[in-house]
Amino acid sequence: MDQDLVIVGGSYAAAQAIASARAAGHTAPIRLISAEPDLPYQRPPLSKGFLLGKVDAAALPIRPEAFYRDNGIDVLLGTEVTAIDRASRAVVTAAGERLRYGQLVLAVGSHPRLPPLPGIDLDGVMVLRTLADAVQLRDRLPAVAAAVVIGGGFIGLEVASVLAVLGKTVTVLEAEERLLGRGAGAPLAAHVAAVHRARGVDLRLRTMAARLVGEGGRVRSVVTRDGATLPADLVVVGIGVTPQTALAEAAGLACTGGIDVDAHGRTADPSIFAIGDCSWHPSPFARRSLRLESVQHALDQAKAAGATIAGRATPYDAVPWFWSDQYDVKLQMVGLTQGWNRHAVRGTAEGGRFSIFYWCDDRLIAIESVNRPAEHMMGRRLLACGARLSPAEAADEGFDLSSRVVRTGNSAPPASSSA
Amino acid sequence: MPRIVFVQPDGQPVEVEASVGTSVMQAAVHNNVRGIDADCGGCCSCATCHVYVEDAFAARLPAPDAMEDEMLTGTAAERRPTSRLGCQITITADLDGLTVRVPDRQI
Repeated sequence: MDQDLVIVGGSYAAAQAIASARAAGHTAPIRLISAEPDLPYQRPPLSKGFLLGKVDAAALPIRPEAFYRDNGIDVLLGTEVTAIDRASRAVVTAAGERLRYGQLVLAVGSHPRLPPLPGIDLDGVMVLRTLADAVQLRDRLPAVAAAVVIGGGFIGLEVASVLAVLGKTVTVLEAEERLLGRGAGAPLAAHVAAVHRARGVDLRLRTMAARLVGEGGRVRSVVTRDGATLPADLVVVGIGVTPQTALAEAAGLACTGGIDVDAHGRTADPSIFAIGDCSWHPSPFARRSLRLESVQHALDQAKAAGATIAGRATPYDAVPWFWSDQYDVKLQMVGLTQGWNRHAVRGTAEGGRFSIFYWCDDRLIAIESVNRPAEHMMGRRLLACGARLSPAEAADEGFDLSSRVVRTGNSAPPASSSA
Repeated sequence: MPRIVFVQPDGQPVEVEASVGTSVMQAAVHNNVRGIDADCGGCCSCATCHVYVEDAFAARLPAPDAMEDEMLTGTAAERRPTSRLGCQITITADLDGLTVRVPDRQI
């Protein structure tokens, strides 16, 4: 039987699956296929340091070329996979080439959504997902005076903070009544809104763009549904992403809110895995299936899948965590806030250093920290062990949080590998 | 270019060359040194590039800032007085020969 492992993807999940499969003893050939022209690279800096010129492209690859060479990885870049032929276990590329696999990993990610607005195709209207997107955006910045960001999620707000730091006139349009509707609890969102406003960002909640107006093919302004005209020589759209499920769906694999997989990252076809942004997976922590867009998720799920592929079945059971940097504000979040009905604040928002603890009834489900890395790190331990903590204890800065960490014999996540 | 030595948990040294202005973490990642995960890419958010700096060099490095100091409270392996995050140590010419020990785990 053909044991070749084929991995389709271009970021964290793809690179980590290779490392973890090799570390767990997978010796058969591995082929990496990415539609992008670059080796798997880090996306988080693209909306932060890269735009500010603090991080250059050379620092972005997740692993150096030598890693792929030393591990005997056949790397096919700039190659799009257009179909999976499950019956003959092969992927088909855009050029019509058929590449056989023994096991296949789809780490195909997601793509930014675009609102169906008049003028969305104008020059100067951009999304931010790939290095190519980021280079285009960065190169355009010197000529930008006024920008409109559509969408108050992490990407939009990180870009807004870069634009504000660079002295641009920035307006953020958010359709909902608060920022970060999917990514953070309302109390943190309120603080983030205040931070942006203090930096001069014109933050407009409950406001949607109606159309984009151009001149000579270039965007010049955004007209909102309430009739305001906002001058803009740059529009950045960050309204969320759609998982890349087309390949899997066409191959007959179930896709609920992403490509359906089990605790090992495996689809209903035992030889096909789906990991990272594109996977709809059971989360023991959330007690339901969900899709996550984060570096931690991509890495930890890839570690489990990589080990499983090598014959060491390993379930993925990590507590989700995230981070975002905006201005000099370090946001670190652990757990998931969905469903919270009680919260407590440790520290003060006015001081700019605090953590917000969230409970669903008696269960501590999330901790969001603002410039409090130690509490974030402690929070990861508290949530990983299912610690019991009351809102009064959390709010009391004199209370030793570490006293609630339950030491278990084996607190290490599955299949940790540093290969 | 300054040389950096990473000593693996089993005692095996790995010597690499690093560019001035980059970080110890980047030197490890670019040279495929095992044991430095660097999940967050160097923005001091994950504490997976933890190293122990050899005594001879520990005192010569600028002290960790408040953020790094706080993140170090959450390292997977034991924190020691010489613990640092590799992403926060900037390579300079006079750090030639810098020797750091890689802990047995990062997560």
